[in-house]
Amino acid sequence: MSSPSQTPTGQIDVDRLKLDFPILSRPTHGKRMVYLDSAASSQKPAVVIDALANFYRMTNAKIHRGVYELSELSTAAYDEARDKIANLINAASPRECIFVRNTTEGLNLVASSWGRANLHEGDEVVLTVLEHHSNIVPWQLIARERGAKLRFIDIDDEGRLRLEQLDDYLKSGKVKLVGVTQVSNALGTINPIAKISAKAHAAGALMLVDGAQSVPHMPVDVQTLGADFLAFSGHKMLGPMGSGVLYGRRELLEAMPPYMAGGDMIRTVELYESTWADLPQKFEAGTASVADAVGLGAAVDYLSEIGMAQTRQHEKEIIRYALASLREVPDVTLYGPEGDDRAGVVSFGIGDVHPHDIASILDGEGIAVRAGHHCAQPLMTRLGLTATARASFYLYNDETDVDRLVDGIMIVRRIFGLGA
Amino acid sequence: MADLYREQILDHSRNPHNFGEIEDPDFTYEDSNPLCGDRVRIDVKVEDGIIADIKFSGRGCAISQASASMLTDMMKGKEVDEIRKLTAEDMLDELGIQISPARVKCALLGLKVLKSGAYGLTDWPHEQ
Repeated sequence: MSSPSQTPTGQIDVDRLKLDFPILSRPTHGKRMVYLDSAASSQKPAVVIDALANFYRMTNAKIHRGVYELSELSTAAYDEARDKIANLINAASPRECIFVRNTTEGLNLVASSWGRANLHEGDEVVLTVLEHHSNIVPWQLIARERGAKLRFIDIDDEGRLRLEQLDDYLKSGKVKLVGVTQVSNALGTINPIAKISAKAHAAGALMLVDGAQSVPHMPVDVQTLGADFLAFSGHKMLGPMGSGVLYGRRELLEAMPPYMAGGDMIRTVELYESTWADLPQKFEAGTASVADAVGLGAAVDYLSEIGMAQTRQHEKEIIRYALASLREVPDVTLYGPEGDDRAGVVSFGIGDVHPHDIASILDGEGIAVRAGHHCAQPLMTRLGLTATARASFYLYNDETDVDRLVDGIMIVRRIFGLGA
Repeated sequence: MADLYREQILDHSRNPHNFGEIEDPDFTYEDSNPLCGDRVRIDVKVEDGIIADIKFSGRGCAISQASASMLTDMMKGKEVDEIRKLTAEDMLDELGIQISPARVKCALLGLKVLKSGAYGLTDWPHEQ
């Protein structure tokens, strides 16, 4: 199916597509805004904003409980959103998709619920130095509680995982879970998840994937990847803030104890004990963020119409252009690998200018980039840095945005007297 | 926005005044800005209630380093009590630039460190 935002050759027509995003026509500091922080949070197309508003206008009611029409409609809308997500990631059943607030909550759910039930003294969990804090800190907490041990796969100089270390770690026979981000939020490295999961499974370990930076940007199929768990955020994929998903293989989720307890997640409650609702309700205690889920469903529709493969292809071309352009600029240092295993994220430095100064000056030019440690302090330490500036791209960015970034960097250089 | 990086700020960040450490300080304090990892340490030597010597060290963005540098210039030779009287507004006036909310902690890190060292106050000066 061809979308109106595609050229006849199937490429994304960015000029046309930008019009779908109201915020992109909002000037910043009097200039056309160039939004290069989608790795932190994406902007939203009007169809998503409308889906949210229309839900509250037309459908809003508590799900599951009511027998009246609105409640039935609300429940149906929520279930439909879940079906769309299951379809997007090729889950065997929508029951395997738990709505959470964000990737962080999904990862905490696994660490707390699965970890508490399955990790024992001396067990090991393998993570990587590329992980976002949200796939490190929950494991630190549960490892301390359970007497388990964390091990970390290092990177090479280009920012690719040194997978021979995984082989070494797996030899101990104590590894119960391998947790890896599919795409590094700081370096843009795309990790070979299918290869890693095959190794993990051969050693009897489960595979957890942080999909926060992959699901919004490329085709992700949990079955092909061999993911036992996959967490991702709706707000990074054109959906509302506060929407996110944890995918888990059904038999694993069924064996796990609840994460949070309360309304909607029970079958029966007595004073001293209770039984749990079936999946996915068992992990969705309390009133769900139904409108946000519905908004996420609209975002999935929008992305599906354009196509995840086309989205990936578009970003591949943008990052290739960005890396080539930035490489030409004196004093610019680029981080991360080059090649097909590079997502649309580029961390960079300019001489010895502090990244926050870079970001402030770019802001003045109407360009939004992130500066800091990107919630990946262990990675920054590994790279010998305290911070970088980061530009990240999405389907609404094009080469003119890259050109504006380069112009902005020239202004940073001039203000700081570089190359003078 | 270029105002943020006016020449005086850039001068101070490139060639900071009173940069270094004092061997036998009467008080010393170091703190960082968790947002961006700016780090500032200030050493002070007091003689007869007067700030006889003051030095800072650290690393971070131009704003944090320039404001620490300017702060040491401001306070050298002043009575120690002046540290208590110095407000966030005074510091921002001295910088003479429009500071966005996201960068105000960069601008006030030096002042926070000095106040913490002088009388143990650890709140951000603009949040008191």
